[in-house]
Amino acid sequence: MGRSPRLAVQTSPYLRTAVGVPDIMRDVVLALVPVLVAAVWFFGPAALLVVGSCTLGAVLTEWVFTAKGESTLGDWSAILTGVVLGLTLPPGLPLWIAFVGGASGIGLGKLVWGGLGQNLFNPALVGRAFLQAAFPIALTTWPAPSAWGSLPGSTLAMPLMSPSVDVVTAATPLGAQKFSQELTELSSLVVGNTGGSLGETSAALLVVCGLWLAWRRAFEWRIPVAMLASVFVISAVLYALAPETAPPPTFMLGAGGLLFGAVFMATDPVTSPTTPKGAWIFGIGIGLLVVLIRRWGGLPEGVMYAILLMNSATPLVDRIAQPRTFGHGVKT
Amino acid sequence: MNAARKPSTFPRGIHPAESKEPASSLAIQRVPFAERLVLPLGQHIGAPSVAVVRKGERVVRGQLLARPGGFVSTSLHSPVTGTVADIAPRRHASGGMVPAIELETDAYATQKMVTSEVPDWSDLERSAFVDLVQEGGLVGLGGAAFPSHVKYALKPEQRCHTLVINGCECEPFLCCDQRVMEEQPQDVLRGCEILGAVLEVERVVIGVEANKPDAIAVLRQALTRREPVGFEISVRALETKYPQGAEKVLIRALFGDEVPSGALPIDVGMMVNNVGTMAALTRWVEAGEPLVERVVTVAGSGIPRPANLLVPIGTPLREVMAHCGGPTDDTVLVINGGPMMGAPVATLEGPLLKGTSGLLAFTAEDAPVAEIAPCIKCGRCLEACAYALNPSRMGRLARVRRFEAMAELNVMDCMECGACSFSCPARIPLVQQFRAAKAWLRSQKADS
Repeated sequence: MGRSPRLAVQTSPYLRTAVGVPDIMRDVVLALVPVLVAAVWFFGPAALLVVGSCTLGAVLTEWVFTAKGESTLGDWSAILTGVVLGLTLPPGLPLWIAFVGGASGIGLGKLVWGGLGQNLFNPALVGRAFLQAAFPIALTTWPAPSAWGSLPGSTLAMPLMSPSVDVVTAATPLGAQKFSQELTELSSLVVGNTGGSLGETSAALLVVCGLWLAWRRAFEWRIPVAMLASVFVISAVLYALAPETAPPPTFMLGAGGLLFGAVFMATDPVTSPTTPKGAWIFGIGIGLLVVLIRRWGGLPEGVMYAILLMNSATPLVDRIAQPRTFGHGVKT
Repeated sequence: MNAARKPSTFPRGIHPAESKEPASSLAIQRVPFAERLVLPLGQHIGAPSVAVVRKGERVVRGQLLARPGGFVSTSLHSPVTGTVADIAPRRHASGGMVPAIELETDAYATQKMVTSEVPDWSDLERSAFVDLVQEGGLVGLGGAAFPSHVKYALKPEQRCHTLVINGCECEPFLCCDQRVMEEQPQDVLRGCEILGAVLEVERVVIGVEANKPDAIAVLRQALTRREPVGFEISVRALETKYPQGAEKVLIRALFGDEVPSGALPIDVGMMVNNVGTMAALTRWVEAGEPLVERVVTVAGSGIPRPANLLVPIGTPLREVMAHCGGPTDDTVLVINGGPMMGAPVATLEGPLLKGTSGLLAFTAEDAPVAEIAPCIKCGRCLEACAYALNPSRMGRLARVRRFEAMAELNVMDCMECGACSFSCPARIPLVQQFRAAKAWLRSQKADS
């Protein structure tokens, strides 16, 4: 007879998948790396600095406010929020504003709700909405894609100083369409050499990143599919009704933050529905709101508010979209 | 025959590592008789059996030790020739004390099975057949150990048109059913013929997951050599996916039919039986050999030489594992059954039971006590649940003890297969939370 091993008495199951929360978050961060590289390519080193300060703001805030308990930095979610937010900002944004954005995104968008998994709104978008309200001019100043190696003069503006706006600006494709009826070439939208937020310009790259995430099962594929399909269908109807004023549906898909929002923001699992049916409703709702805001709202772009509004509807959507339990609603 | 058909399956579910090798390619070996056996009187679902032998009495292998203690109860026979050492509470593998018969094996006896006189089953009324099955001590060998005769006792208004034979063995590591199909295909098929004839079925379908191609081939080959009977017997390959072996899930996978919540397969005219149970039925009904031993898979990182063993019921788990060189000193977890639904073993002094399909030992590396992270609502658990429950939402409700709200989300339908807990990247012990909620809800119902 051998010795008696000390046996742990646990309940089943005893097997666990290898995929943990940090793996999912890290996959999304990895998918953002090519987007960041493209941003540096189009807008110069300022892109890296903006995203870097934003991420620093997010990570420092998470670290300060969770210092007492166990550190949650290892779950990659603060880094993810910082990078996503950074890539939605204008290329010439003063770095201190980017830092404030990261800090407010984590602070107001996540920690006050109780941390990871508890927040109603996408933290990165809360940060961006905060900046949009606090610094409306800086958030709508769009430097043109610039020569490599040059920094827009506004980037290094001192905190709380009005940035000296001496940059060459360019209207974003959506702004040009809305305010002066100029359509940007589709090829430019696909490649990404247009004005706009750091990460949103290259449609082709965003599609590739989205496909990779779908293959990795890192996000709910139904949400981007529903979003893009509803924007396409609704704007196709509008275009058919009024081809002179409405932009073509392909333009609506490729311009602005739609693809970036569809791949990296609407798919945030915490703030989107959990049920498959709920994901369809959520995505279609965002698409509808995007078209409404772009077409009839005061702003040229509406992806941020569309996602935030649908975030607020998520608990209700999940409630009405409960799957039918196996064996219920059937008779012998 | 549906040989050309693409393997069907059910929606959702998970794909854990199968981990069947090396045991799945090793033939079943008989283990030596232990010096002492412990046979709990309640090793099946239902009322415990009642001992019919006395302390000090000499018994032979195959002799009746205990009779059924009610209709939902069964008989217990002696797995060895020897003496009744005691009838008293003994340690169960789960740690508690249970009433049991302890036998001392006669080291000098031949250990030849003394078979029972059984009537020709084909002459029996169905009720007499049910009694015969109960006399043989047969229980479902898939793990639940539900007395088989209870299933076979159809009410007058019930009819079984389809007999489903469960050869899925979807639990990782376990391969005892696979070995039975490969080594005893004639016993399995004969059992299908007998039960099919008694129940007057229209068809018998044996469902086997596609990761057991040899078992499928052997059964199909064996089928071609059998005389035709009055109904069709076929072998269907299923896509390998967990929890396909759950009976309602298996019916969904094979035929697309949904057994209503709260109903049994027989309510839709079907019955599900395990392949090992069919082989045991054949040996009892045709040869008079009662259920006194079973095949068990012994495997896991704490077992140096994994194997499929033919073990007398009541053998101490320590001796079963010792036959495979285990458990190793660094074993921290021993499981009675499979790694998804098995029960934890608290003491190796406990005996192997009729329902023990696997005996797994794991070292610390394979039994991690994971840190729990917050739910990020990723929805992987919804994609895992074969019953289309919402484990994510129920888990959140469980944390704030909102059990009634969980009942509205049909937590009582949960079969505790563990697919949600397996797939959760936050390592939330979902099944454990659901068990607690179900127990609370049942106690509320009992109180009212």
